[in-house]
This record gives sequence, structure tokens and C-alpha cells, in this order.
Amino acid sequence: MSTTRPVTPAAPSVLSTTWLVAEREMTQRLRSKAFLFSSASLIVLVLVGVLLSGFAAGGGFSGDEKTRVAAAGPVAAILDAKTFEVENVASNEDARALVREGKVDAAVIAEQPTQKNPTGVTVIAQEKAPDALTSALTLRPQVELLGGDGVTGPLRFFMALAFGLIFMMSAVTFGSVIAQSVVEEKSTRIVEILMSTISVRVLLAGKVLGNSLLAFAQVAAIAAVAIVGLSATGQDALLAGVGAPIIWFVVFFIFGFVLLAALFAGLASLVSRQEDVGSAITPVTMLVMIPYFGVAFFNDNPVVMTVLSYVPFSAPVGMPVRLFFGDAQWWEPLVALAILLVSVILVILLAARIYRGSLLHTGGKLKLSEALRG
Amino acid sequence: MLEIRGINKSFATRQVLTNMSFTIEPGRMTGFVGGNGAGKTTTMRILLGVLEADSGEVLLDGSPLSEQDRRRIGYMPEERGLYPKMKVAEQITYFARLHGLGAETAKRNTERLLDQLGLGERGGDTIESLSLGNQQRAQIAAALVHDPLALVLDEPFSGLDPLAVDVVLAVLKERANAGVPVLFSSHQLDIVERLCDDIVIISGGQVRAVGSAQSLRDAHRGNRFSLEGEADGGWVREVPGISVLSFDGGHVEFDADTAERAQLVLRGALDRGPVHAFTPVRPSLAQIYREVVQ
Repeated sequence: MSTTRPVTPAAPSVLSTTWLVAEREMTQRLRSKAFLFSSASLIVLVLVGVLLSGFAAGGGFSGDEKTRVAAAGPVAAILDAKTFEVENVASNEDARALVREGKVDAAVIAEQPTQKNPTGVTVIAQEKAPDALTSALTLRPQVELLGGDGVTGPLRFFMALAFGLIFMMSAVTFGSVIAQSVVEEKSTRIVEILMSTISVRVLLAGKVLGNSLLAFAQVAAIAAVAIVGLSATGQDALLAGVGAPIIWFVVFFIFGFVLLAALFAGLASLVSRQEDVGSAITPVTMLVMIPYFGVAFFNDNPVVMTVLSYVPFSAPVGMPVRLFFGDAQWWEPLVALAILLVSVILVILLAARIYRGSLLHTGGKLKLSEALRG
Repeated sequence: MLEIRGINKSFATRQVLTNMSFTIEPGRMTGFVGGNGAGKTTTMRILLGVLEADSGEVLLDGSPLSEQDRRRIGYMPEERGLYPKMKVAEQITYFARLHGLGAETAKRNTERLLDQLGLGERGGDTIESLSLGNQQRAQIAAALVHDPLALVLDEPFSGLDPLAVDVVLAVLKERANAGVPVLFSSHQLDIVERLCDDIVIISGGQVRAVGSAQSLRDAHRGNRFSLEGEADGGWVREVPGISVLSFDGGHVEFDADTAERAQLVLRGALDRGPVHAFTPVRPSLAQIYREVVQ
């Protein structure tokens, strides 16, 4: 009878099948206007945040608007041409005249040092001397800090908040997308054809991969916008300190996201109708909130932060924040990453089990224990 | 040849299949008949590896069906489903690729099949924009697009108008003629009777009757005969061992206790006048079904 058997094509590999599933997930998502709109608004939001932070720091687009200063004699040399537009004048009187006429923002004149004015330098302005000018001319003592780079207070808070927010937003957005896609296949019954064609693990893997790639692309776009935004607004110092933690954040994010994606898929497979998705994935949504609120409230508490940086769900946020402030030893992110990896494997196996056990079940919500029994 | 051998399956404490065994011959259409809850869908799911049997096996040409073979079966589940927002051609191509076809072949097969099923013009439309009948055709395309080794179709004709039944049937026949074993289930016994070469009747998770349509009819024929002559047939009622089922002038239908007794009736009829017809009455599939499932 074997003569009746048509020529079997080469067996497609698990990888290529996984990629097929992932590819479909991505093209469908990219065609959805709702998805494109929400991604675009998230990026705009980040851009606005970066710009606002730039203006709040007082820099603004300072490069474009130099302070115009009139200077008489040798004092002109001490003014940095990057910050100031210096106009050399012949006498102190000429300098005063230019200020009065409003042609310059301020003037600097040098006189004989007196008891009252030991440097002999005087700044002349209409109503208020520009801060940039007075601080450029101010003598400051050398400062030596012993505790790391000593970043504390608001910066620490915002840094933690930013990592936490990006992680939470991406996980919730893409997590619910994965959940809906799982339930769509159940509610349209297409899942039975899929199960008869490819293994459930491949189906789950493809879904997680496709949506994860989209999430990574979104985070990469956000990071690019943030970096370009920071340098355009002259916040280079902040940028320099953020580099390494951002790389760690990306590494942790990739594995942390896969962990959550598998959980979202597994839990969503317990229900068969779109209306029930919300309640089914509530437990994971709560897990996603933990790192966000954890770092937002406890970023000054070393014990809590250390714990958060090791727990798989909060490590993607906790560890980069600790690294940013130099609180973590070099080996700590590696240990946390190892813990995360082991959890990812365990959770994927568990999710595949739930997924397989519940895909053919239709009707009301399946209990977790029933799904695991298969 | 696809063979199901000694399959048992229970859900919790309820045994749904008991020692289920039958074969699906290449080049023949096998009808799978049974009431609601008889175990048809469960059997098909086990055949496709969507469910696991507690015991028993599925064989392809004598050797256990591998994962790879399973991918090469075309399956149309009872619960229909395609991605509602995906375009028809795109979706059928996707299934072909999942089944292991290359991109080129997948595209070519999709176009050919959609044309054959009368959906050629709708390839660019989304599934949800199609009528139910056309969705059903797309579903059949999804089951056939990868040139399957065997076809397993759960109620392929439900929801189709008579013309669509013919279109789908032509496509299935073509596959069967090419040597592919085809199994399909149906509640519509008249369709099964008309289309199938072989029939498997199940009830309560067990096979009740199996064989070609002709052999089943012969086996369940009993001693029922129909006689048509010119003389009035009223006298047949008086013959011992004969019970008359219907009687209208020269036409009589009766059950005889033995075949010999039926021949006596024929002789008697010939004595009374010309006889135009004397034939055994073969039961319809519906009658056989009622008989075997009780």
C-alpha cells in the first residue's frame, strides 16, 4: 500500500515551525491600527518626558540661545564662548550703556580689587543677573565625594520609576495581547486544527516569541528615543551613567518578559471567551505590578531592593536600578540572571502543560488543577 | 490504509470508547455514522493525535502513525474555525506551511484549491466577510491544501446547500480516486448511503456494524421480499409463516420465516397469473442503523 502514499516533503524543523507561528503573530499585530496607535503614543509619551526633564534641569535648548554679555578688557577671556556671546567694549561705561539699551543681557567689568570685592569683577544687569553668568564667575571649592557617585533623591526615584514603568507597560500591553490571541484561537475553535498539525509547545513558543520580539522592538524604539532625546537636550551626564544599567535592563527584560508571556498564555488558555480574559490573567497582572510599586516605594531601602533584584518577577527592574547606583557587586546580576533563567524554563514547562490540558476545553473557566491533570 | 486497532478511552470515570477497531481503505470513502455522543469526534481526535488513547493504536500501512505522518493527514474538525480577520488565501497558505509545505508550493496549492472550490475570487477577503457556506468551503480547503496522506472530516457537508455538497464531493472523490483513504462522519444517513463505499456504524463507543454499503445491506436483508404480479395479492396473507407488511392490488411486501417459504409464495403467484417482479427488499442505511444501535 505504500505506493499510494504521496511523497512526504522534508520534515519542517521545530524552529522553522515556531518561526511560522511567530511570524503570523507579528504580521497580524502590525496590521492592527489599535496596536500601532498605542505604540506610537507610548513613544511620544517618552519623548515628552525626556524633553520635560531637559527643561526642568534648566538646560533647555541652551546651545541655541547664548547669553549675550558685554565685557571690557581682559575679563572677556575668562568667559566660555560655548555659553556666552561676548561683545568686547572699550570701557566700563560702554558696557553699562549696552546693558541699558538692552543689546546685551549683562556686562562684566573688572576694577581694582577692594575689601568688599576681592576679585574686582562686577556683573551689571537690568533687573536680574543671568544665573549662567554668575555661576561661571563664582569660585567654588573642590568637592570630593566618598560614597560612590552619590546620586540620591529625586534622580534615584525617577530612574527606578522609569525602568519600572517601561517594564510594566510592555508586560501588560503585550501580555494581554498574547492572552487575547490564545483565547481567539480557542473561541474560534481553530485550535483543534492547530493541535492536529503542530505540537502545543511549538504553538506556545511561537506565540511567545512573536509577541516578545514586538515587545523588544518597542522597548528598543523607546530606548533610542530616550537616548537621542537626552543628548539633544544636553543631558549627556545622565546618559553616561545610564548606559550599563540599560544594557542589563535589556538582558533582564528579554528573559523576564518571556517568563511573563508564558504565564499570560498559560492562564489565558483556561478560558474560552474574550470576556473572561481579564479575570483569568489578573494574577499575572498583579505580579507585573510588584516590581513597579516595589521600586517606586522602596528604592531607598537597601534590603527591599536587594530582595527585589533577585526575585524573578522584579529582577528586570530591581537589578538595573541597584547597578545604576553602584549598590550591587559585579557577580550579583549574574546570579539573578541565573535564577531568572531557571524560572523561565520551569514556567514555560508549566505553561505548556496548562495550555495542553485546557485547549480543547470549552465553556466556562477551567480550574488550574484540572488543566494540569490534562 | 489507515487502521484503528483496539482503542479504549475514558474521560474521568466515563468510558467513551471500547475496543474501537476499523480500517479506512485507500481510494475509498468511508462513512462514519453514529448518534450524538457515540464517540465519533473522540475517535477522530485520537486518530489525529489531538487526544491520547488509554490503549490501542493507530496504524498507517501497518506501522504506528508517527508525529510526522499525523502532520500529513487532512483534518476538518466538527468545531469549525479559522482566523476571522485573516484573508482567505493567506490563511490557507499558512496552514499549508504549518503542514510542512514550502512557500511556493503552499501558494500554488492554495490558488488551485480555492479555484476548484469556487472561492478563487474571494482569496483576498477576510474569513469573517464570507457567507457561512463559503467559510465551510475555506475550511475544507484548509484540510486539503497540503495534499494529505489521508483525510479525516467531521461532518463535512453540514451547512452546505445541495450545489455546494456536489462541489465539495467532487473534490473529495478526486482525492479518493488518487488513492487517499477518506473518512467522514455524518448524521445525514442518506448522504452517507449515496456517497460512501464503506460504512462504520458506532454506538455507545463501540463498533456495531462495518463493511461495504452493499454487504451491510445484504447482511441485514433478512427475508423481506417484494412481489409484483397481475393477480390480486390478498391470498398471500393466508400463507402460514408469512407476514404481510403492505398490500396494494398486485403489489405485496412481506417477511417470510424462511427463504423456502418465500419461494412458495412466488410459485403460488405464478400459478395465479403473470409475475413482473420478485425481489429481496434491501433495507436502507437508516433501517440498518436503527436495527444495529438498539
